[in-house]
Amino acid sequence: MVARVAASRRSFLGHNYNLVGVIAALVILAWTLIAIFAPYIIPHSIGDIVDDDYFGPMRQGLWLGSDYLGRDMLSRVLMGARYTVGISLAAVVIACFSGVVLGMIAAVTGGWLDTCLSRFLDAMNSIPSKLFGLVVVAAVGSSIPVLILTLAVIYTPGAYRFARALAVNINTMDFMTVARVRGESTIYLIGSEILPNIIRPVLADFGLRFVFIVLLLSGLSFLGLGLQPPLADWGALVRENIGGLPFAAPAVIVPSLAIASLTISVNLLIDNLPKKIRDRNA
Amino acid sequence: MTSGVLNLVLKRLAIALVTLLIVLFAVFFATSMLPGDTASILLGQAATPEAVAGLREAMHLNDPAILRFLLWLVGLLRGDLGTSYANNMPVAALIGGRLLNTMELAGITTLLSVPLALMLGITAAMLRGSVYDRTVTILSIGIISVPEFMVATLAVLLFAVYLRWLPALSSVNEAHSLTDLLRIYAMPVITLTFVISAQMIRMTRAAVIETLSTPYVEMALLKGASRSRMVLRHALPNALGPIVNAVALSLSYLVGGVIIVETIFNYPGIAKLMVDAVATRDLPLIQSCAMIFCLGYLLLITAADIVAIMSNPRLR
Amino acid sequence: MTNLVEVRNLRIEATTDAGRIVEIIKGVSLDIADGEIVALIGESGSGKTTVALSLMGHARPGCRITGGEINVNGKNMAALSEKERAKLRGTDIAYVPQSAAASFNPSSTIMEQVIEVTRIHRLMPPEQARKRAVKLFKALSLPDPDGIGARYPHQVSGGQLQRLSAAMALIGDPKLVIFDEPTTALDVTTQIDVLKAFKSVMRAGGIAGVYVSHDLAVVAQIADHIVVLKGGEVQETGTTAQILSAAQHPYTRELLAAFEPKRRQAHADADVVTKQLLRIDNLTAGYGAVRDDGLPLIRAVNSVSLAVEKGRNLGIIGESGCGKSTLARVIAGIHPAAAGEIVFDGRELQRAAGKRSQDQLREMQIVFQYADTALNPAKPVEDIIARPLVFYHGLDRRTRSKRVDQLLDMVRLPKALRYRHPSELSGGQKQRVNFARALAADPKLIICDEITSALDTVVAAAVIELLKELQRELGLSYIFISHDLSVVEAICDEIMVMYNGERVEQITPDKVKAATHPYSKLLFSSVPKLDPTWLDGLVRDPDLVSQYGHR
Repeated sequence: MVARVAASRRSFLGHNYNLVGVIAALVILAWTLIAIFAPYIIPHSIGDIVDDDYFGPMRQGLWLGSDYLGRDMLSRVLMGARYTVGISLAAVVIACFSGVVLGMIAAVTGGWLDTCLSRFLDAMNSIPSKLFGLVVVAAVGSSIPVLILTLAVIYTPGAYRFARALAVNINTMDFMTVARVRGESTIYLIGSEILPNIIRPVLADFGLRFVFIVLLLSGLSFLGLGLQPPLADWGALVRENIGGLPFAAPAVIVPSLAIASLTISVNLLIDNLPKKIRDRNA
Repeated sequence: MTSGVLNLVLKRLAIALVTLLIVLFAVFFATSMLPGDTASILLGQAATPEAVAGLREAMHLNDPAILRFLLWLVGLLRGDLGTSYANNMPVAALIGGRLLNTMELAGITTLLSVPLALMLGITAAMLRGSVYDRTVTILSIGIISVPEFMVATLAVLLFAVYLRWLPALSSVNEAHSLTDLLRIYAMPVITLTFVISAQMIRMTRAAVIETLSTPYVEMALLKGASRSRMVLRHALPNALGPIVNAVALSLSYLVGGVIIVETIFNYPGIAKLMVDAVATRDLPLIQSCAMIFCLGYLLLITAADIVAIMSNPRLR
Repeated sequence: MTNLVEVRNLRIEATTDAGRIVEIIKGVSLDIADGEIVALIGESGSGKTTVALSLMGHARPGCRITGGEINVNGKNMAALSEKERAKLRGTDIAYVPQSAAASFNPSSTIMEQVIEVTRIHRLMPPEQARKRAVKLFKALSLPDPDGIGARYPHQVSGGQLQRLSAAMALIGDPKLVIFDEPTTALDVTTQIDVLKAFKSVMRAGGIAGVYVSHDLAVVAQIADHIVVLKGGEVQETGTTAQILSAAQHPYTRELLAAFEPKRRQAHADADVVTKQLLRIDNLTAGYGAVRDDGLPLIRAVNSVSLAVEKGRNLGIIGESGCGKSTLARVIAGIHPAAAGEIVFDGRELQRAAGKRSQDQLREMQIVFQYADTALNPAKPVEDIIARPLVFYHGLDRRTRSKRVDQLLDMVRLPKALRYRHPSELSGGQKQRVNFARALAADPKLIICDEITSALDTVVAAAVIELLKELQRELGLSYIFISHDLSVVEAICDEIMVMYNGERVEQITPDKVKAATHPYSKLLFSSVPKLDPTWLDGLVRDPDLVSQYGHR
């Protein structure tokens, strides 16, 4: 049998990788590490005014310039990663976990439970996300727990809808019928028969939803409705430094680039996930 | 139109109505949860307890929440949106002109972005795998992946700071000539077009590619049909449903986009009004704005579903 | 150039999902003379469709013609540009697809699609094309030839669509028509009409054809020559008579042998008193709203009674939509009956599976047609087979593992397969695993719902042999549901014929030729025989056909 492997993909441990996916994964890994270790690696305290000038340019010692008060931008961006990545991750974990569990239960049980859940969550879904954020923040303020919960609530219906659609497809398969007439319980059906079959798309959806949450959180912070000073995530950093826009100051551009690097990497990673090699005689 | 289609359409409208009610309910209660007593906030720190109690009575704040919700609904039906807390003007008067401004912005963006996005999406699908397709795909992923305010700031940097073609801020009142008008709308419209086209391009491309891989398109190929005939005659009519959905879904991103864009460009629209109302905790104003946005969103989604139902030949 | 088609040393490569490049057609050569019909026969994956499509210069996405010559009517399709090929498609060479239902554009009328070839190639004015199409509809004996063109594809039956797609192929007056398994998706009684229609128009026009199929008996009716393909290589070529009577190649002989499976030996112990295992009385089930009398609006199974004795097999045969699969699901409790009694091993069963005891569920197992969807793709074979062992028998890890080995051995699969996932198995292997899972429960009755229908003939014959062996060893009973008479004949002691939700007749396999009910007669007489003269000699009662045929 003639077998050649196309050159752009490399294989390792029974999986195929490609370069874009690897780079994207590295960027995500880097931001995760920064989010964890930020307090130990920042050169200046985020509150210290270290520059005589505001919107200072990039130079030695102040690698990313200074912000509108003359604080070190590098330190502020590194610490910002903590809030942007941390809050978004917490929110997406809650949203996906509850959405996926509810979705699978609805698909397997069917009947009125499915109808009620679906109708209610669809209605939730027809409230535009930014609007929902605005209203809630207006109502209860914007502490970190409130932000996490709000973001989670906003993205749960989407995760539910996605997981339910997948689970409904799996539910029509004959192996589900076989398991049912064997007398299996709902928990076994969900955990052992459905979940392993939807886990890959669910993880991809997790990534996409993470991107949406990062974008929404940044958007809210940009409007001044997200994280409140003195804390600052990347969206808030853009907001407080927007005055530097006419001078194209690094203080405005760098946090934007930080957001873009994270979100684009997640999107690219999802599109270039390692593929398991399925051919038997490979 | 057969009775089957009519039934489906009616059912869809009924669902939209129920959804609207649920949404109104959610909006009303979310805003009612505002911390602090509205009456004492309105009257300030110095108010006597009697004055606060009197105002509470006058505003029906002592009534049960469900009753207030019903009263609010009745008011809505009569066109009474309530009175703004911040400046004591009727909410309807505050919203009127602003709503028009926002609809202008949304309308111009739609007229520009829908044809553009459909063209790019369909051509990218036709030339799948080509350099053109990859460029379009990567650009649209890039735009989807960044926040709206970044697209806006980049647009400002490019057109206002470096090229100096356009002003960074909008003010509809200063429009004296056509060129002024163009300059005022240009930045917000460019930003919004980028934001919503990207999504539309991706979804249109996916929908067309899916229909291009069906057996009936292969059949057309084996009849000797040209590439354009395969796409225009066989793939597109069947991709219509998904495409209309993509358009509606993308246009609903207008709601989110408009909030950011109006704020960043200081555009006097309803979204800016709402962001300001949130800052001053102006309850009736927030409720009304939120309601208008949800209504617009629902209208779009429902209209798309109905078009999709009507374009399905199996139901004709 | 003497022949219309001359393919020499054709090579086609495909790229797999993992990015590897595999040669799927390895040097195929064949000839087709003017007006001659050549059949390409082989199992799935043999490359028969790929070869047929290459005659139009077309390779499916992911495939590429890499070598050889494809001369059709004096032009080498492999060397032409895509534009030049497009000019020949529909005019010189036309295509009749496997699934006409999927190959008609759902959003355009049938007439528009039938005459599209004349528009694309500017052959004639639309008015003339429409007249010509109606003539073809008549020649293909379609009902309502003047009005059928105005309909949309979903408003027409499968058998009619298949004939309409032949009209679509013939409108451009092609020299060569490629039929890609055109009757595989049809019921036997419908298949006959379609085959007859194809044969008469091809003969009348003196058109050459390529007929792709996996069914030797169908091919025998229509082809002049047969080319046997396997693994992308030609195994044997010959005239139809040669192949049927004097096949040389072992694979061809295997195909022929699979066509006539050995009968199950009649019970020698017939005089021994048999015990009843399952009895069903007046079972009714269906779909839709429940009416006042407690019965559903649409009745898929209507007052059916049957009995199965211990160690014996009951076959249920009928065409698609006759309710046989619903009956299986009703017996298993997946689709609870609306009325009637099910008595299993002396005790009355609850109608819904959820209300039956664990032992009752264990003793009656059901095996489904598509092993692809019946096996959880996310689990390795050992987990799939071991689950009933844990669930019903509570076996510990070590005994479980031993039992899995035993079960794999029983269904003649190597032990090493236990670590594989279903996607890494062949179709026949999957169906064996599917069966092993049912055996793991230690059942008394196994309901087999079309379990050989998705398999290639040779593989299906082996599975049937396995089932017979297991029955001898374990004393099982089967309810065997199928649309394929030869399969049911091979394994069952009794055959029940279903039509329109009702039991029509019950007979023993040796009396099939002497069926009494008119529908049974029609059904049994419609099964193609390996004899090439069978179709031409077949006389059917037109009243019967119009009464029972789906058309």
